[in-house]
Amino acid sequence: MHSELSLIEQMRSGKLWDIPGGIHPPERKSLSNTSPIDIAPLSPIYYVPIKQHIGNEGDLIVSVGDRVLAGQPLTNPKEGLSLPVHAPTSGLIKDIILHVSAHPSGKPETTVVLESDGENIAIANQPIPDWQNKPNSELIAHLKSMGIAGLGGAGFPTYIKANPTKNVELLIINAVECEPYITADDVLMRHYAQEIIQGIEVLQHMVKPELVVIAIEDNKPEAISAIEKVIVDHKHIEVRVVPTKYPSGGEKQLIQILTGLEVPNQSIPADIGIVMQNIGTCFAIKKAVIDGEALIERVVTITGESISRPQNLWVKLGAPISDLLTHCGLVPEQDQRLIMGGPMMGFNIMDIMMPVVKSTNCILAPSEYLLPSRGVEQACIRCSLCADACPVNLLPQQLLWFSKAKDHDKLEEYNLADCIECGVCSYVCPSQIPLVQYYRTSKVEIKQAKEDKIKSDKAKERFEARQERLERDKQARLQRHKESAEKRKKALEKDNSAKDKIAAALARAKAKKNELAGTTAEVENKTSEANIPEVKTTDTQDRVAAAIARAKAKKQQAALNSDETKPDKTRTDDTKPKDIKAKGTEVVEEKVQTTEPVSAEQAKKDKVAAAIARAKAKKLKEAVEPAVSNVEEKEQTSDPVSAEQVKKDKVAAAIARAKAKKLKETNETEPKTDNTSSESIVPPVSEQMSTDSKTPEQIKKDKVAAAIARAKAKKQKDQGEQK
Amino acid sequence: MKRLTNLFVSSPHSRAGLTTNQVMRAVCYACLPGVAAQVYFFGWGVMVQIFLCILVALISEAIILTLREKPVRATLADGSAMLTGLLIAVSIPPLAPWWISVIGVSFAIIIVKQLYGGLGFNLFNPAMAGYVVLLISFPVAMTNWMPVQQLMTYDISLLDSIAAVFTDFTQDGYSVTQLRMAVDGITMATPLDNFKTQIDLGLTASEITNSPIYGQYGGTGWEWVNLGYLVGGLLLLKQGVIRWHIPLAVIASLFTLTLISYSITPDLTLTPMATLFSGATMFAAFFIATDPISSSTTIKGRLIFGAIVGALIFMIREWGGYPDGVAFAVLLANLGVPLIDYYTKPTVYGHKGKA
Amino acid sequence: MYTLLIALGALVALTIIFGAVLGFASVKFKVEADPLVEQIDNLLPQTQCGQCGYPGCKPYAEAIANGDDINKCPPGGEATIKQLADLMGVDAKPLDSAHGEEDVKKVAFIREDECIGCTKCIQACPVDAIMGASKVMHTVIIDECTGCDLCVEPCPVDCIDMVPLNDTNWKWDTLAIPVKNVN
Ligand code: SF4
Ligand code: SF4
Ligand code: SF4
Ligand code: SF4
Repeated sequence: MHSELSLIEQMRSGKLWDIPGGIHPPERKSLSNTSPIDIAPLSPIYYVPIKQHIGNEGDLIVSVGDRVLAGQPLTNPKEGLSLPVHAPTSGLIKDIILHVSAHPSGKPETTVVLESDGENIAIANQPIPDWQNKPNSELIAHLKSMGIAGLGGAGFPTYIKANPTKNVELLIINAVECEPYITADDVLMRHYAQEIIQGIEVLQHMVKPELVVIAIEDNKPEAISAIEKVIVDHKHIEVRVVPTKYPSGGEKQLIQILTGLEVPNQSIPADIGIVMQNIGTCFAIKKAVIDGEALIERVVTITGESISRPQNLWVKLGAPISDLLTHCGLVPEQDQRLIMGGPMMGFNIMDIMMPVVKSTNCILAPSEYLLPSRGVEQACIRCSLCADACPVNLLPQQLLWFSKAKDHDKLEEYNLADCIECGVCSYVCPSQIPLVQYYRTSKVEIKQAKEDKIKSDKAKERFEARQERLERDKQARLQRHKESAEKRKKALEKDNSAKDKIAAALARAKAKKNELAGTTAEVENKTSEANIPEVKTTDTQDRVAAAIARAKAKKQQAALNSDETKPDKTRTDDTKPKDIKAKGTEVVEEKVQTTEPVSAEQAKKDKVAAAIARAKAKKLKEAVEPAVSNVEEKEQTSDPVSAEQVKKDKVAAAIARAKAKKLKETNETEPKTDNTSSESIVPPVSEQMSTDSKTPEQIKKDKVAAAIARAKAKKQKDQGEQK
Repeated sequence: MKRLTNLFVSSPHSRAGLTTNQVMRAVCYACLPGVAAQVYFFGWGVMVQIFLCILVALISEAIILTLREKPVRATLADGSAMLTGLLIAVSIPPLAPWWISVIGVSFAIIIVKQLYGGLGFNLFNPAMAGYVVLLISFPVAMTNWMPVQQLMTYDISLLDSIAAVFTDFTQDGYSVTQLRMAVDGITMATPLDNFKTQIDLGLTASEITNSPIYGQYGGTGWEWVNLGYLVGGLLLLKQGVIRWHIPLAVIASLFTLTLISYSITPDLTLTPMATLFSGATMFAAFFIATDPISSSTTIKGRLIFGAIVGALIFMIREWGGYPDGVAFAVLLANLGVPLIDYYTKPTVYGHKGKA
Repeated sequence: MYTLLIALGALVALTIIFGAVLGFASVKFKVEADPLVEQIDNLLPQTQCGQCGYPGCKPYAEAIANGDDINKCPPGGEATIKQLADLMGVDAKPLDSAHGEEDVKKVAFIREDECIGCTKCIQACPVDAIMGASKVMHTVIIDECTGCDLCVEPCPVDCIDMVPLNDTNWKWDTLAIPVKNVN
């Protein structure tokens, strides 16, 4: 372990370390770094996404039609990791919409559409002139309200990093800018060195490091001399020139180069006493604290061989890329690629209305000739060029293998999580494999799998809790049954006439049911009179089942012949089916009807009526299978006292519906499949009815049967469709 | 109107360096110096074999790809089949009968490469596996090396070579066995073969190497062939097609072991230099052991792999039943690759000091 | 004869030594594993939909432990089958389509103004993901819903829809937006 002192001593000695791997892609920085930073013309419309940083978006505090001034906050940050966004210019809030976001997926996000009035009037600045005497908390609140986020890449809110909980020895200012083409930091240092140092002074005041090191790659001599000139009388700020190599600008890589230390796995640099800020962020801090301006513009490099005037521009956040391209003169080639960010880590711009956001440092329009895209993917030849080039010592070829196999355990064993997605491995791969894309997909899949696991664990818990509760309820119910049965027994002993009454009721119910079955069958099967007597004598369940089967077959035939769907047909027949319904064989309907007189409000009544209508319609649909209704009815009438009735009804109803649905579905399929399907339905039905016990296992079984029936129906439908 | 590209591509948006096709071709080209030396010393038969083997390799690859319903043209274009054919061709005796080549190459491509899943999936080096199958199945034909042309009484033309490969007889009716008779009527063998036989007959190393089949360092002609492959290998190194670890480890371990053996029993051992410049040493170090697919992928692993290959070559030459052990050494080392790779995983950033 | 005895003796000695080592290792390095049913249950998606033919995932896990096929769970799909195959040391096989097909993730959604408050869906839901009381509107707790589909059937007014879950994790694969022309 390095002792605390030695880290700073080492730093002062100027020793540099090397990172493993790395590459030297053509830099092409001279395209854009020669001219001073111009100011992009005002765009007519700005699209300001309310989330431009890591963390939560703030709450909108403006609404459509509001007039805003430049620098006026549009959102109010939430507690925790959150930042506001500000109006880039003065104008009218035209709309608040979902607009394409500055993200590889382009996933639309809430965006404030600001119509510029061309005046660009700003609100009054809120500088903190005596910041040297202010406590940290005040400055941090100020940075938060000014919306300062890391301008390097990820867009991490700066106020968090400027408020370390641990003692910081070393503050590293990252001005490496190792990505080819990008020169935003380079020109910023050349022209605003003084301001940058002021920003660093503010950071020094807040973070209180022993030493500040500004790391610059050796391919930016002008920037180096500009910075060196302004730090001569700063004892605690040093410039460290690092050799050009990609990806030395990565946070962890730069720490390794400067200190030889590695940030331990699953820790942050602050854990080893180091804080890193991007050089552009220092400038933004200066603007916020000393000038009192919110973060509403940044330097963006617009470059590439297809741009006729490549340059760096001060761009107001929210400006659509199309305006910048027009300003700099895009001359597209066939299948022009547009990239936000650099060629190594940037992403395709699929929509040129994508806005510039806080982390946008470059818009790149390269030519295919000078920046050849990856060709067709070939098999990995295990050449391990990728492993030799990986800056974090991963084994990309193994990760590729496990990614393809979706072997999440192995991926974790081989430390996929430590991949910084720098793209070096894909860059050197002779087989042109998009390795990074595989890793990104795998990372998301692993994340998803973990979320799913949490969810399924929760579901399991809830399921088990419910099972337990049901079990408890059942026990309680049994207890009650026993008691009430005993009571009844006693009552019966007292009065025999009650028994007669019940018997009479049962008889009535039976008669009614038979009649009903007959009528229904008649209505439904006009073509087959022969069915009626059999249906009328439905003593045994087998016969019922047989009748059902026949009826179904007939139905199907009829439906196919008349080329009409069944519900329609029954509905047009006459009112009889409805009458049957109205006799109240169904629980729901009855229930619903009884609510009618009770409900006072007309509106409610209407609703209920509508519900009834819907329920009726549904019932009607199911009425294609009269015998099944009978089953339900029978169950109801024969066991009126059972407390489990409702449940059983439900099961039966589910079966009935499943059957009805299936029937409908099979009707839709070819006639070929009809017979077989209707026959295959019969056995479960009779089974269902014959095993009509009340055990909980039974209910479970019923449910299962219903589920299977559903699955089967689905399958049949699918098969039908395939045919 | 020009359009934006509508392909979704994940970063990075560019690539550099050789492609797989270029890598395979580069290896083929780098063989040329060695092949040239072989042709010079062993006649046109080498070219005949190369032509035959590449043809067979391409045809068998095409057949299998068609059966596996994979893209034929694109895959053939990657040059890996061609390379396998070439490597086998230069390993077998120049005047070996044609069916030897056909069997060896088709075994290498069909069984060793494609049945394991094609390019990138083969556990063993296809060329060496094919070679070993031939060596085991047809030991006589496979050790029928010509003496170098300069020592032969009969000059073999291109047509003679073709005739010999396909009919076993030259145009003038000499059989291959007859051709192998040298001036003094003794059947010639490769220097390594000869050395082994003679040592077993009780001669000392210095007595043996007085024979004209031995040159300054290795066998006559063989030293130049090895030099040719060394040059080709260095070119590959310079191009970045292969990395230095494996060749260096092979040569270093072979050299060290021979040196030790030589200093203990100088009468029974070839000099270290002779070892390096005879047989297929350089060819193995730069072209066979460096085959990316079947060799180790980590840096430490490559060093270990190379050292194992070198050590095995030494052991087989010294104590084994075969004069040259390159093919066996490489295949045996291939077997250990998964294990080597597993135990030589580099320490990932931020995992230092953890188990 | 003597050599034969030596060989035999050596063999016996080796057998005893290795047997002892193995026995020792199996005691010393014993891995305390979850009971099999628990392990299987952990792999199942816990949708509790019953499509496998058992009333919930746990019963199916028990059935698998007792030798039932591993390819009956449509919500888990091929991924779960593969994991089960690994665990059970059997070959993975394609999903048995008799039990349904793999589908995108869905959750139930109750069209609330049509709900009549019948409580039937509440009784159907295996994970108590539906809130509501008799005769008042019901709603689904999206986070708790497993998408098992069991509540759809019982609804007398068909006011429950299964809507695809809005997947927030973008997998770096599809185009979210159409490409536009420039110039
Ligand atoms: S993208 Fe990941 S695996 Fe590839 S080189 Fe970079 S860190 Fe290594
Ligand atoms: S660079 Fe490409 S081909 Fe080579 S080992 Fe890596 S992934 Fe495989
Ligand atoms: S089919 Fe449904 S109940 Fe059965 S294991 Fe799968 S998710 Fe669980
Ligand atoms: S709400 Fe419906 S779909 Fe969701 S878990 Fe409950 S019963 Fe299943």
